[in-house]
Amino acid sequence: MNHAIRRYWPLFVLPTVLAFLIGFLAPFLMGLYLSFCQFTTVSDATFVGLDNYIRAFTDPSSNFLHAMWYTALFAFLSTAVVNLAGLTAAVCLTRNIRGRNLFRTVLFMPNLIGGIVLGWLWQVILGGVLARYGKTLVTSEWYGFFGLMLLTLWQQAGYMMIIYISGLNAIPEELTEAASIDGASPWQTFLRVKLPMLMPSITICTFLTLTNGFKLFDQNLALTNGAPSGRSELLALNIFNTFYGRIGWEGAGQAKAVIFFLIVTGIALLQLRLTSTREVQH
Amino acid sequence: MMKKILGVLVALLVAFGVFSIFAGADEATTAPAPSPAPSAPPAAAGKPAGSVYYLNFKPEQAQQWEALAREYTRETGVPVTVRTAASGTYEDTLRSEMEKPDAPTLFQVNGPVGLKTWKNFCLDLRDTALYANLKSDDFALIDDGQVLGIAYVIESYGLIYNKDLLAKAGYSADDITGFASLKRVAEDIQARREELGVLGAFTSSGMDSSSDWRFKTHLANLPVYYEYKQTGLSTSEAIQGLYLDQYKNIWDLYIHNATCEPGLIGAKTGDDASSEFILGEALFYQNGTWAYDELISGGMRDEQLGMLPIYIGAEGEENQGLCTGSENYWCINKRASQENIDATKAFLEWVITSDTGRDALANQMGFVTPFTTFDQDYTARNALLDDAQRYIAEGKQSVSWTFPTMPSDTWKDGVGAALLEYAQGTSDWENLRRAFVDGWAREYNAVNR
Repeated sequence: MNHAIRRYWPLFVLPTVLAFLIGFLAPFLMGLYLSFCQFTTVSDATFVGLDNYIRAFTDPSSNFLHAMWYTALFAFLSTAVVNLAGLTAAVCLTRNIRGRNLFRTVLFMPNLIGGIVLGWLWQVILGGVLARYGKTLVTSEWYGFFGLMLLTLWQQAGYMMIIYISGLNAIPEELTEAASIDGASPWQTFLRVKLPMLMPSITICTFLTLTNGFKLFDQNLALTNGAPSGRSELLALNIFNTFYGRIGWEGAGQAKAVIFFLIVTGIALLQLRLTSTREVQH
Repeated sequence: MMKKILGVLVALLVAFGVFSIFAGADEATTAPAPSPAPSAPPAAAGKPAGSVYYLNFKPEQAQQWEALAREYTRETGVPVTVRTAASGTYEDTLRSEMEKPDAPTLFQVNGPVGLKTWKNFCLDLRDTALYANLKSDDFALIDDGQVLGIAYVIESYGLIYNKDLLAKAGYSADDITGFASLKRVAEDIQARREELGVLGAFTSSGMDSSSDWRFKTHLANLPVYYEYKQTGLSTSEAIQGLYLDQYKNIWDLYIHNATCEPGLIGAKTGDDASSEFILGEALFYQNGTWAYDELISGGMRDEQLGMLPIYIGAEGEENQGLCTGSENYWCINKRASQENIDATKAFLEWVITSDTGRDALANQMGFVTPFTTFDQDYTARNALLDDAQRYIAEGKQSVSWTFPTMPSDTWKDGVGAALLEYAQGTSDWENLRRAFVDGWAREYNAVNR
């Protein structure tokens, strides 16, 4: 068996490698090239150098810098809120309470609904609430911002909760028992024993929420579509609108996508480094 | 260590995932078109006759086009596929469809500005039946002596009004002859709205993307039209905004005499406005002849419907008619194979000359067409089209569609956003002036670099 795997491993890897090449690597390299080009359809491009990058940053109508800080703010805030909520729910639902599984299921379910549907759902709900006060989601970019936060929290907290629950369940009982014998309060046990043991889960969860925050697209599209005046546009939507919405700006949109890639990769790697050094092995 | 490597790999995978969304012709982001199953199977192998693929712009007529395509396939055996892009996504859909091996053979541009993008894809239509039967060159997009696009439907828009309700309020269309009288009537109705049992004089001016084109494009046509008229231009690199005060007149009238508070229009959709009108909650509804089917299927009757010119308070507007023009030009994809080009030409000839085709266009889709082949029996008629004809017969001057000369969609979006912010009170009219005037010059330069 082992022998067969050693011998035929390229065959087993082939489907994944092919999918990776066709689905990720080829479009990625093509996109990289296109970010230096002027084009209408992607197979018909002329090289223009750094022009697209300059336009992405300097043109006042490109809205890229605004989208950048708006997205960063959103990503970091939503990471904090979602993880706090997920962890709290996980701690509550690992106790022995009635209907534990029901609560877990209910909290997890929003994650099964697609982003566009969620966006429209929340648009109706929040729109209905705000209408009482003579406002709409697009009255200013901050209504859209908090709408998105609420939506993201609702959608992702349940998912993170599941990861935290499995992390909490994996903590060996002798550790918590030893802590209580030593006279640690529940709060101390949580901070000094459980939390360090949870670091691998925290790494994964913060990684997921942070990158999700940066990549958020369909919820943004459905909830506000960038209104008013593109000020509630997150990066992904901004790139999409530049690429598809503006004649002659396809290259600039592509350039933005390259920058976006660098930012997301950079932040994700940095975050992985920061949290994984705090992980404890036992 | 292993974990670290795994982490890096996961990070890369996720990031690649992000990136590939934007790396070109992918389906996920560009296929929101709710196109019902293609009406004919794609070109079957071994069929030398070629096939037709029409990327349709008008969702209102999607089903009629599919039925017509099926009929053609039944008669001739040539497969015709019709797909319809969802409202507001035509350019995106076209862009990704054009990448495919079996790209559309027949597509649409909206006018001179749209033509700029797709010029290299447009076949010269000079020797086609389509051009031979065209009433006038006014309906063709001609570039360097080449006929690159041909309009197939002439449409009009204005203020659609409910005759019954207007009569109930004690007025008739004859009382409205200019902006001053429109304002007087509308404000009177708004003040008496409870007595009349309506929610407002005008339907909500929704700024959701399903409705905002009625104001950022169609209503904005009027100030641009009057400026062109005054300066004698027909297209411009820079607009001065000479009629922006009048634009403000009509916008103020719309938002302050409507079914909802001005601050709420950001959440209102096109469906909101049409259902308010159908349910008799409002008397005036700015839209065009294309809305007829929706109003009738909603339960309105021909006798209830009429259309008024949109008066904004410009000089000489007592002679103004409806806004009439086209932003639907057929283009044949010259990069398609010769068989498919020939098949497409034959299909179009059939559409405008055969009884079935003419019946479908004129009587079922309700299109007023610019082709000589559409005689008495094939003239679309309904309450809104009749009003459009009446104004022309009375010698009123039709307002031409200038929006195909607007520099870009980004300009329209900027104007739309400024209209919304003005209505919400989060910005002033000066902001709109900047979006309109400065935005025009900026977008013109951005697009024509």
